[in-house]
Amino acid sequence: MKKTYKIEVDCANCANKMEEAANKTAGVKAATVNFMTLKMNVEFEEGADPKSVMETVLKNCKKVEDDCEIFF
Amino acid sequence: MTKKQKKMLTRIVIALVLTVIFSFLPLNGALGLLFLVPYFIVGYDILKKAWKGIWNKQVFDENFLMSVATIGAFALGEYREGVAVMLFYQIGELFQSYAVGKSRKNISELMDIRPDYANIEENGELNQVDPDEVEPGTVIVVLPGEKVPIDGILVEGTSTLNTSALTGESLPREVNIGDEIISGCINMSGLIKIQTTKEFGESTVSKILDLVENAGSRKSKSENFISKFAKYYTPAVCYSALALAVLPPLVEGAVLGNGYTFATWIYRALTFLVISCPCALVVSIPLGFFAGIGGASKEGILVKGSNYLETLSQAKYVVFDKTGTMTEGVFEVSHIHPVTIEEEKLIEYAALAEQYSTHPISKSLQKAYGKAVDKNRVSSVEEISGEGVTALVDGIGVAVGNKKLMRRMHLAIEPCDQVGTYVYVAVAGEYVGHIVISDRIKETASKAIQALKAAGMKKTVMLTGDAKPVADAVASALHIDEVHSELMPDDKVSLVEELLAKCQKQEKLIFVGDGINDAPVLSRADIGIAMGAMGSDAAIEAADIVLMDDNPLKIAKAIKIAQKCLRIVYQNIYFAIGVKLLCLLLGAVGIANMWLAIFADVGVMVLAVLNAIRALFVKKL
Repeated sequence: MKKTYKIEVDCANCANKMEEAANKTAGVKAATVNFMTLKMNVEFEEGADPKSVMETVLKNCKKVEDDCEIFF
Repeated sequence: MTKKQKKMLTRIVIALVLTVIFSFLPLNGALGLLFLVPYFIVGYDILKKAWKGIWNKQVFDENFLMSVATIGAFALGEYREGVAVMLFYQIGELFQSYAVGKSRKNISELMDIRPDYANIEENGELNQVDPDEVEPGTVIVVLPGEKVPIDGILVEGTSTLNTSALTGESLPREVNIGDEIISGCINMSGLIKIQTTKEFGESTVSKILDLVENAGSRKSKSENFISKFAKYYTPAVCYSALALAVLPPLVEGAVLGNGYTFATWIYRALTFLVISCPCALVVSIPLGFFAGIGGASKEGILVKGSNYLETLSQAKYVVFDKTGTMTEGVFEVSHIHPVTIEEEKLIEYAALAEQYSTHPISKSLQKAYGKAVDKNRVSSVEEISGEGVTALVDGIGVAVGNKKLMRRMHLAIEPCDQVGTYVYVAVAGEYVGHIVISDRIKETASKAIQALKAAGMKKTVMLTGDAKPVADAVASALHIDEVHSELMPDDKVSLVEELLAKCQKQEKLIFVGDGINDAPVLSRADIGIAMGAMGSDAAIEAADIVLMDDNPLKIAKAIKIAQKCLRIVYQNIYFAIGVKLLCLLLGAVGIANMWLAIFADVGVMVLAVLNAIRALFVKKL
């Protein structure tokens, strides 16, 4: 399953870090962050619950970049 | 400006004023610590972020670089420099965020084709409903000035449509009852009613929005290079700075016995840190691609990702399909060669006899005749498969068909020097003339080939399933280098593979087709470009780049946009890394001071961002 989320982040490098953090989260098959359109595309592992996965993704992103937000 | 940016601006202004005032006061010794006031005003968030970074074991980032550099400057008693570095760093960040926000807004406005509602008439009243909820087959009303929300067929009213958001074409299109209407167009003059043929999610406008919004998820090699670069670069620079601060003075003091000069070397190390901030690269490269993709979509060229823009810029071979790409794909009567009767009469007989046929040739005959056919004049129509039609028109026997039909009727035909499909007509057992039907070359096709050559293409190749004489005629009229005719779809794939094998590493091959039966070739080529995507879903899905209208000139334009975008991206990479390396070198040997370092960081970033925005301007290419 693929979903797109709106995000808020200030710098391009921080967006890269978010992408990396999201990709390392369990339940995420692949994630890409587009700094220019402020969107995060997440492809979930089969059977993963998007909502709970996204909560962990946000937590992990906050760790690498305090000043970020994901709207889900 | 957003609220965040305004707050930042206020902080910068206050800090700047304080710094300037303090600079003119004779602040000696401990009084210099007054500079800490503007320092904290402008930089407290950076310090906080750096601290949090250390806490979360994400030490090496720009915040860390800036914090260490400025705290170090204060420790050395260089108060003014310390504040200045933080101040200019924040100015740079603010500028970057403003510029990125601005271009983000510009580009999203360009692609602002998302319809918010659809009008449905109920009991004489117009209700606005979510386009997602409209079932196919529903009649929707589009008022003047509104966007068409869903694909459909015009059932009531006439109007002109502005398709510029979809095609980049500024000429309005007139529509009448029965015409297919594509969502995303703006209704300009009259109230129209449209019977929807698709769901909102399947409509052109949704597909395009989807495509544009996901464009960034396919990253180019340059972007990946930069994010990898930044990952290793920052720690590398931090350790080098540490080495620079410690090793040379130790060597000088302990080995050479010249005394320890820690202060000088620490200052140099701090300069080093300021210079090395990777912001310029990290921001300007994706911004350049984003602007390039945005500029292209303004011209009706949809690029599915920055990687495709990168590949397109290296294109050297263009392979295209004939029908629908270089020619209109509509068959028209191009020549009428009567022998014994008048032209009008010849067309009339052909049109009347062929009126029941569904073949495209019949349609073009009807079109050339231009009048409604009177069915009562025709009787005993007999279709002879693969040959043509015989019928009685006004009681006279008429035969309309190809060479085979004429041969079977033992009629002699004359040779013709025109290229196309021939339709021979015999009346009352006697050959009376023939009609040539051919596909028309697009008006801009010849210019398009020239433009491709001018854009640096090495070779243009045309592939077609059409007959050799027809293909050769088109190729020579357009000055196409190579032509392969009478191909089956599989042959096209293998020919493209042959050409791909001949390409060198940095030479890419583009295939341009109308997307419907070219899907395998489109995906096999380095870059697949689909033309005339208005209405064709298959095209949008199979291709990497979609041209919204079917003007072949846009192929060259897309290549030029890609070339310009990549030129800018490389300029930024070389410029930023070059200036930084130079300044790092100067900093290490002590020639560059903190002020030059600030330029190397903030100045380079501002210039790189401004340069990246240039990729948006593609109108004149």
